[in-house]
Amino acid sequence: MKKIICECGHENPEGTTLCEKCGSPLTEEEKSRKLADMRYEGTAIRSKTYNTTIIDKIWNFFSSVKVGVAIIIITLVAAGIGTFLPQVIYVSLTEYQDAAAAYKAAYGTFGSIYYKLGLADIYSSWWFQTLIGMLGISIIVASLDRGIPLYKSLKNQRVKRHENFLKRQRIFASGEMSSEEADKAFDLTEAKMKEMKYNVRREDGALLAEKGRFARWGPYINHVGLIIFLFGVMLRLMPGFYIDKTLWIREGETMAIPGMEGFYLESKKFTFETYSKDEQKEEFNESKKAVNAVAKNYQTDVKLYKAPEDSVPGDTSNLTLVKEMPIIVNKPLKYDGYALYQMDFRLNELKTMHFDLIDKKSEKSLGSVAIDLTNPEKEYKVGKDSKVVLKKYFPDFAGFEDGEPQTASPLPNNPAFIFDMYTPETPKGETSFVAIKQTLEPLGETKYKMKFSAVDTRNVSGLTVRKDKTLMILMLGGIIFMLGVTIGSYWSHRRLWLLKTKDGRLLMASHTNKNWFSMKKDLDAVTEYAHLPVYVDQHDEDQKAEDAEKKLKDKEKEGDNI
Amino acid sequence: MSLIDLSGNLLFVAFVAYLIATLLFGGAVKGGSKDESADAGKKWGSLAIIITLVGFIANLGYFITRWVYAGHAPVSNMFEFTTAFGMFVVGAFILIYFIYKVPALGLFALPIAIIIIAYASMFPREVNPLIPALKSYWLYIHVITAAIGESILAISAVAGLIYLLKNIDLTKKSKQSFWIEVVMYALVLVLGFVAVTTTFNVTGYEAEFSYVDKDGNTKEITYNTPALFGMHQSELLTADKMQPIADVPAIVNAKKLTTVVWSILIGTLLYGLIRLIIRKPIAVIMQPFAKRANSQLMDEIGYRSVLIGFPVFTLGALIFAMIWAQEAWSRFWGWDPKEVWALITWLFYAAFLHLRLSKGWQGGKSAWLAVIGFVIIMFNLVAVNLIIAGLHSYAG
Repeated sequence: MKKIICECGHENPEGTTLCEKCGSPLTEEEKSRKLADMRYEGTAIRSKTYNTTIIDKIWNFFSSVKVGVAIIIITLVAAGIGTFLPQVIYVSLTEYQDAAAAYKAAYGTFGSIYYKLGLADIYSSWWFQTLIGMLGISIIVASLDRGIPLYKSLKNQRVKRHENFLKRQRIFASGEMSSEEADKAFDLTEAKMKEMKYNVRREDGALLAEKGRFARWGPYINHVGLIIFLFGVMLRLMPGFYIDKTLWIREGETMAIPGMEGFYLESKKFTFETYSKDEQKEEFNESKKAVNAVAKNYQTDVKLYKAPEDSVPGDTSNLTLVKEMPIIVNKPLKYDGYALYQMDFRLNELKTMHFDLIDKKSEKSLGSVAIDLTNPEKEYKVGKDSKVVLKKYFPDFAGFEDGEPQTASPLPNNPAFIFDMYTPETPKGETSFVAIKQTLEPLGETKYKMKFSAVDTRNVSGLTVRKDKTLMILMLGGIIFMLGVTIGSYWSHRRLWLLKTKDGRLLMASHTNKNWFSMKKDLDAVTEYAHLPVYVDQHDEDQKAEDAEKKLKDKEKEGDNI
Repeated sequence: MSLIDLSGNLLFVAFVAYLIATLLFGGAVKGGSKDESADAGKKWGSLAIIITLVGFIANLGYFITRWVYAGHAPVSNMFEFTTAFGMFVVGAFILIYFIYKVPALGLFALPIAIIIIAYASMFPREVNPLIPALKSYWLYIHVITAAIGESILAISAVAGLIYLLKNIDLTKKSKQSFWIEVVMYALVLVLGFVAVTTTFNVTGYEAEFSYVDKDGNTKEITYNTPALFGMHQSELLTADKMQPIADVPAIVNAKKLTTVVWSILIGTLLYGLIRLIIRKPIAVIMQPFAKRANSQLMDEIGYRSVLIGFPVFTLGALIFAMIWAQEAWSRFWGWDPKEVWALITWLFYAAFLHLRLSKGWQGGKSAWLAVIGFVIIMFNLVAVNLIIAGLHSYAG
């Protein structure tokens, strides 16, 4: 490896711009600057030093802040485009053949193109995920590239720096002073800086006061947090880390919980409440919104059971009660890493239908039948000597196709039945098709009929079953990120250097990574207390010079006009 | 006086106090311009900040009394949230003022807070009962923290605006002088919205329409402004009211479109009127108030506000949001438009910080970025709530 040897004799690794020992500029570029580039303390940064092998090139690509910012901006714009129209997951597809048709119907040609370009599912597209992946790589590479050398440099920093280093700091002061005066100024500075909670080190005519160095680690800490977070998100793709199931459960039912082996849930009751008038504020009742009642509560009262270890799946005998509680929006049931959420509901689903078997002429009933619509029986005894056979059952009757009744779904939304009725009078049986408000006699007129008498309903709860083992990792990532970003934002790294030169001058220089205004308050205090030479803000001087130049030019122009 | 009336009055007191304080800050900026009256400038300045504090306390009074009356934090609808945002902008200004003591900041921050509060008051002000999804203490934690974060970030845009007004040469035609005038125009447009809404509210304009929504259902809607655009297949039900010029497809909410177009029309008219009277770009009139500001200090204030606001915003708008989403919706992230725009805002300020730290984007570039950041925040507040409706649409 090439070494750069500084005037002071120190050997610096290749790529160093400010001597590790004395802080003198080492490269032509650095020498041409009026103020030192203090961002990474002038240490050798890999990406700025090597650029020959393919690995160097890849490394340099990802460590570049320019590339990082470009990835951020592209991600940001893509994310924005994804909000133009609702994403596929939020679009109801029930009425359409497929998503493409739904977008065309709802949003016309624009919707059609939007869907075809894959923008309707942008966030799970391969290229969006690739962008996030690249962002992750960029964060890791850039942090290692800058963070490690910065850490080494700040850890090993020397108290005594070369005049060239001090002169090239933004805050600089120089004044003639006798050796005794200078020593006194050193003592006073040390006292004052210590009072302001700085760490002070002295060495052979030089002084370094430093405060808040840890603030420099803030960005690197928050990057670690981000990486942990992204890692957690990736882990969700691994089997077993993440479960997302839906459970529709009717009142009174006990069902196995999908994805949660060995556990059963009983729904005792689903409640839907709206606000009553006197619960709402008066002026709200007068407003238009109040016409539609405002939802107050969605709640399923449940019992959670556990099956014995050795039981056969589906065997609901010997269940032990684990928990009994209501599941409310914002208050999921949590157990053993699983959570059950109240997400959806259907009110008044048909549960049981009651019929009377009657003689059509006399309207005399032979007895009644109760049909459980989710679990109908094949045959129902009526009275002593009659029976009804349920030949066919259509839970969600949707009309006839080729003369055959059809069912749209297995849900009992619109039940229809084909009954065979056997009575002492009609021992061969009569066939009847019965639907809501409709009775047909396909095989000839019948003497008896099934007359609808009543219906029982119940509510159905739509619950989501979740298990997310990555949550703790995500939380950890979030906490570390917040810690890092807080350290990096609310604290600043401040330093003050003093140097006694051989020709009888006292030099003072200062640097902070941000908040120069507050730094100057510290400097004003110590300058006054320790009688240090008056400092100048060389950056500000530049500004003033520019302003003066501008004024001069303006004057010239005015002169031209005259 | 009932609690809700008291609350409304306190908000009015705050509003007036901010107006007076703006004038006083103007005095502080102008008054200090001659050397002999530097003390006078200071007096104006301290009076201005006292009035601001009085206004802020009244504003907090509004917030607390409304909270007590409603039984939940007043951040659950568009009026409440936007008013709270305006209040936090003043709070953030007070915080930054006590660090840097720059009166020019007040002269520009307070009018922006005033415009935000005026905008808020255009929305229905009734106290809503909370729907089940909002019944959680995370509502307060998430929304208030996010709003505080956004308002501190807004102060960086104010500092940026002052920096730009001071440093852009408005005597020459340039991209920068054009865009700074666009910013002024945008602020006038908001006033246009306020003027339109107030005028038709005061006159009590109401026109009922029936229309067919995108699922084919016939519905009714009430316009509070004369209809420029009708909803899909609309029919006027109220007699003697203006017929819409054109109907729009079912996916567009023509009522909102009408309000937007009215605001642009009246706002542009207002802008034209101002230009006619002052015979100069508005930025030129504003420039003298920024001239005495110290550019470097403005740059630092802009940067500092982002540094203070960014962690608060991250905590409120992303982390608390994710924790709540996990509790309420069973997933911490779902690419809902509001979530996405919070992420966009966050990514934008992350880019801002990287450009500033590593690419040395200071001064003008940094100031423009701060202004753009505020535009994104306002887009998230206004457009995402009103136009792109998602799970957060109840916020409208």
